Formats: sequence, C-alpha cells, structure tokens
Amino acid sequence: MNLLTLIVLLPLAGFLLNGLLGARLGRGFVSVVGCGLPILAFLAAIRAFTQLDGAAGAALVENAYTWAVVGGFTFEVGFYLDRLSALMTLIVTGVGSLIHVYSTGYMKDDPGYARYFSYLNLFLFFMLLLVLGRSLLVCFVGWEGVGLASYLLIGFWFDDPAKAAAGKKAFITNRVGDAGFLLGMFLLYHTLGTFDFDAVNAAFQGPVPPAVSASLVGVLLFIGATGKSAQIPLHVWLPDAMAGPTPVSALIHAATMVTAGVYLVARLNGLYLQAPGASQLIAVIGVATAFFAATIALVQTDIKKVLAYSTISQLGFMFLALGVGAYGVAVFHVYTHAFFKACLFLGAGSVIHSLGGEQDVRRMGGLWRRIPVTFWTFAIATAAIAGLPPLAGFFSKDQILWYAFASEHGGSPVLWAIASFTALLTAFYMFRLLWLTFLTPSRMDHETEHHVHESPISMTGVLAVLAVLSAVGGFFHVHLFLEPIMPLPETDHALEHLELPLVVLAVVTGLVGLAAAVYVYRSGLARADRLAQRFAGVHRLLSGKYYVDELYETVLGRPLMWVSQRVFLGLGDRRLIDGSLHGLAALAKGAAGRLGRIETGNLQFYLWLTVLGAVASLAWVLGHG
Amino acid sequence: MDRTQLLLALAVSLFSLGFVGVMVRRNALVLLMCMELMLNGVILSLVTFASRSATLDGAVLVFLVFVVAAAEIAIAIPIVLLLARQRRTLDVGAWSELKG
Repeated sequence: MNLLTLIVLLPLAGFLLNGLLGARLGRGFVSVVGCGLPILAFLAAIRAFTQLDGAAGAALVENAYTWAVVGGFTFEVGFYLDRLSALMTLIVTGVGSLIHVYSTGYMKDDPGYARYFSYLNLFLFFMLLLVLGRSLLVCFVGWEGVGLASYLLIGFWFDDPAKAAAGKKAFITNRVGDAGFLLGMFLLYHTLGTFDFDAVNAAFQGPVPPAVSASLVGVLLFIGATGKSAQIPLHVWLPDAMAGPTPVSALIHAATMVTAGVYLVARLNGLYLQAPGASQLIAVIGVATAFFAATIALVQTDIKKVLAYSTISQLGFMFLALGVGAYGVAVFHVYTHAFFKACLFLGAGSVIHSLGGEQDVRRMGGLWRRIPVTFWTFAIATAAIAGLPPLAGFFSKDQILWYAFASEHGGSPVLWAIASFTALLTAFYMFRLLWLTFLTPSRMDHETEHHVHESPISMTGVLAVLAVLSAVGGFFHVHLFLEPIMPLPETDHALEHLELPLVVLAVVTGLVGLAAAVYVYRSGLARADRLAQRFAGVHRLLSGKYYVDELYETVLGRPLMWVSQRVFLGLGDRRLIDGSLHGLAALAKGAAGRLGRIETGNLQFYLWLTVLGAVASLAWVLGHG
Repeated sequence: MDRTQLLLALAVSLFSLGFVGVMVRRNALVLLMCMELMLNGVILSLVTFASRSATLDGAVLVFLVFVVAAAEIAIAIPIVLLLARQRRTLDVGAWSELKG
C-alpha cells in the first residue's frame, strides 16, 4: 500500500473538493472535508510511523511517479520516510489538523469560508511534499508550493490593499532566497548527478569527497533557508505576514512552513558536517537573528507582531543549533516550538476574536477573568517559550544553549552568551505580553469590554490540547530519538562539568525575565512609558525595527523603481518599443497621405503613369539584360 | 520594303493611333474604340510574326485573343451605357470623384 503517497494526496483531495464544490455545498461540507482529510492524513502518518518503527530504522521509500526521463537522467517523484521526516509529518498533519478544527470556529462568519479551507488544505499538501520528498526536486516543488499557499493566505482578505501588499512582500522576499536554493540545487546535480537527499548525504560522507565545495553549496541552500525561515537579511516579510487570518499565522508562519529552512539544513546534515564555513555562517546568522528579533519584540504593541518577532527569534535559535552541528536539537526545538507557538498564536486569535478585532495590547488588559481558558493556555505556552522547567521549551532551548557553548563543531562561549541574553529577552517580552493582555487593569473602552466573550469550544478545545502538548512535549527527547540518523556533535570534555550550572543559569535567566516583566508591567504602561522616554533613542530604533525596511526601500526599492520607471518603462517600453511601432505607423500614414495625392481621378493621368511605368520597366530590363 | 515590314508598319500605326486616342480623348466610347485599335495593332504584329514561323500556333492564339476581346467589350459597353445613363454624358471626367 502506498501509504506515503496517500498522506500527501489526502489534503490535495481536500483542496480540490473544497475549491471546486465547497462554495456550492455549504459550510457543513466544507468543514467536514477541510478538517476530515487532514485528520485522516494524520492517522495515516501515525500508521506510517509505526511501520517505520517495525522496519528497525530503515527508511520507507516510495516512488510514486516518474516525472521525466531526459536522456540518461530520470526524475522521480519519490517519498522518503525516516525518523526526521516522520516527525515532521506528524507535526505538520497533527498541528495542522488542530488548526483546521480551530479555524472552523475562528472563520465561522467569513464569506470566504470554502476558499479559506481549500487554501489551507493546499498548504498542507505542499508542506507534506516538502517534508516527505525524497529528492531536492520534490522538496523544491513543495517549497515553492508552500510559498504560494502562504501568499494566498496572507492576502486572504485581498480587498485590503495593505494585506495584499503584505502577501506580495512575502512572495517576493522568498523569491530572493529561492534563487539561492536553485543555484545550490543545480550545483549539487551538476556534481553528483542526483537530487536524492540520502544520496547527497552519502556522497559527502563517503571516502572520496565530491568535486564541489560543500560550503558553497551549503551557503547557497542556506540563502534559500533564510528566505523561507525569515532569517537576517530576508526576515522582513514575516512580521507583515501577520496580515493573514490568525490561524494561518499559527500554522504557516509559526509552526510549520517557516521551519522548512531548518528542516532543509537538518535533512542535508551530511553535507553541512563537511562545510564548517557554512555552518559557522549559519550559527552567526542564527544568533544574530535571534537577538535582533527579540529586541524588536520588546517594544511591539501589536499582539501578533510580538509573536511574529518571537517566531523569528526562535527560528534564530534553531539555526544556531544547526550551525553548531546539533541538528537533532534544532529539530527538537522545531517540535516544541510548533506546540507552544501555535498555542500562543491561536490564543492571540482567541483574544482578538473575543475583542472583536482589537490587536493592540495597549487597549487590552484584565482579560484573565473574562476568558479564562484562553488565559491559562496562553500562560502555559508563554512559560514554555520562556524556558521555564519542566515545560517543553525549557528542554529544547537548554539543549541549544548547551551545544552552542560546548559543541566541538563550532560552539563558543560568545554564541552561548548572546543566546542566553536573548533567552532573557524572550522571557521578558513574552511575560510582558501576558501581563499587558491578561493581567494588568483593563484599558479597553466600554463598548469592547461589554462584548468580551470566551471563544467557542472548537477554539478553546484546540488551545487546551496544544497547552498540554506545550507542557509535556519536552519529555519526548527528539534529539535522542533522531540520534541514529543525525548524531549529536561531540562536546568539549573540559567543559562538561559546566553542564548543570548552565542549566541552572538558564532557569534563572527565565525567572529574571519574568521578574523584570512583572516589575515593569504589573500596574500597566506607566512605568514602561517612563523607561521609553529615558531611552528615547533606543526605543525609536527598536520601534522602527532597526529601519531595515526603510534601508531596503532606499538601497533596493527606490533604485529598482527608478530603473524600472526611467530605463525600462520610460526608455525601453515607451521610447524604444512604443516609439518604433508608433514611428512605423506614422511613416506609413504620412507616406500614404502623400502618395494618395496622385490619385486625381483623371483617367488619362493614370494612363500616363502606367505608360511611364511600362517604359521604365522596359528600360530597366533592357539595361540589365 | 517587303510585306512583313509593311505589315509591321501598319501594326505600329494602328497602335500609335489608338494610343494617341486613348491619351487625348475623353469620350468613353472613343476611348474604348481606341483601345480596340491598339489591341488590333498588337494582334496584327502577332499574326505577322506567326506567319513567318510556318506553324498554326499564332493563328490559334489570335482567335483566342479575339474571343477574350469580344467578351471584354461585351462587358465594357454595358458599363459605359450605365454610366452614361446616370450622368447623361460620356465624358470620363464626370466620374473623377471615384478616385481612391
């Protein structure tokens, strides 16, 4: 039985059914198909997972379809299930199904209900293609496909120009990364003649190194990963992507799609182990992204923007782990992050839903009594992301910090110090969000306050499940589960006595962040405003997100616009193409106007012309005879 | 001058007469007749040369041309008649507004 193909095709069927028939058959049909098929895919994924367990570590391989045969080269659409892709498949279908169920509550009154679910199913299809694809080629198709689904869903309410623009920004920024991905892919194929992940890893691990620089390929593919996973310098699209419906932010822009870059690097760990230069770059970019995104998150006032920057920051942590060779640990963080970040986003969605669309935390507060389920789940997820034991985030983040400190594959105390400080910031801004939203005295206007209501069971139930997973998820040690296929890096023996103190330090860090947030925000915004005034310059820099958007606008946007307007439109299109065509037309018109004047209507004149022509032709023929 | 030369001279005079007529006259019927003269001049030269080659090809061709000319004039005369009936004149200048 082609189980893997089935897993991939189920959401596609959902997309087709809902896309083609959904609008006609009503919401009940859409909900059943939209949620049912992902759940079926999840069950199939569990079945595949148990089969994998039975196969004693050997990966399941299915060749579904021969895409093309060109000369001696065959391009197969094949699926590959080992522990890594099995785990990713479970996360994608599991969290995906939960978010589908949540969406039935959140999107209940939206006129685009069927369209929404068909896009969401389309996203799942491409995401499963991405994680289950055996070759870089299939993975790339999924990679582009999730980009498309992301674009469609960010711009889901496309009649708002700002939201449509956010969709375009995400799509275009990702194209930049994709160029790197494609080049890396071509380079690999050119050298190895294969796209298959297992073959690529084996080639780089083999006794004879391939005739291509692993670091070059690694950096090119990492450029693709920076686009998809919103790392510096291509992180600018993710905050804007919050224009989409909140469940989309939870599924695509927090739990699954943005971790595709992490998955790609982890999948190609055989290559990256041979590429210390590229790994170092990944670690530095990762830690820098984590730090800068966390500082921006400190001052954001939109509840979803805070979570967006926190996502970028957490992705930075994952890349830090990848950079120091701890691939399993990065995937561990992908796994825990999927739970608590999905829970946070869906909790934020529940808050927004209950406040009738309000997203600014300055106009919230005091919600914990009014929407208790949302509050408790949000609080658990916040503690999890802040790294408080024994919640999920503690385990994965602690492992990342440890390997950043002690890994033989590029770990250093500097990386550890920055990452730890970032963890402190993480705890601070997350508890700040919790306090401002739920625990400070209410700052809502009377009208909004009057209408606050807890979300329906379809939403709170999902929140509860995710909160439980955020709480206990960390006890399943993914990095140890993955060790047979992705060995953890050696650690410096001289540093091993520091492991326990560092854990304690990490916990203290989280608690300090909590205490600081409580101190500043306990009674509302007054104390924070005073701080902001004292450090006005820093505050402006952070609120302006380091002015990266403005920088890109000046350095890239405007010159490109100028070149397009002046050179391509003004000179090329208007003058060269339009000009030559209009010129030809004017020439024909003018010449015809002048020639037309010899048509006098005088028959004899015509005859004279005829004779003249005949004589001239004769003369010419005789002359050239 | 031998016979051939005489006949050719006659052909040339017929053609020239017709040509001058076509060029200077404005009466539609006269124009048609002058064209016939030109045609006949040309046909005469054709016959002259054909008789020198001692085959029947030329004679056959002449009959063909006559048939075509007769058909052509059978169309041309009614057109001229219709035009004349419309404008009550045979002057071709009366129709000069038909220019393209």
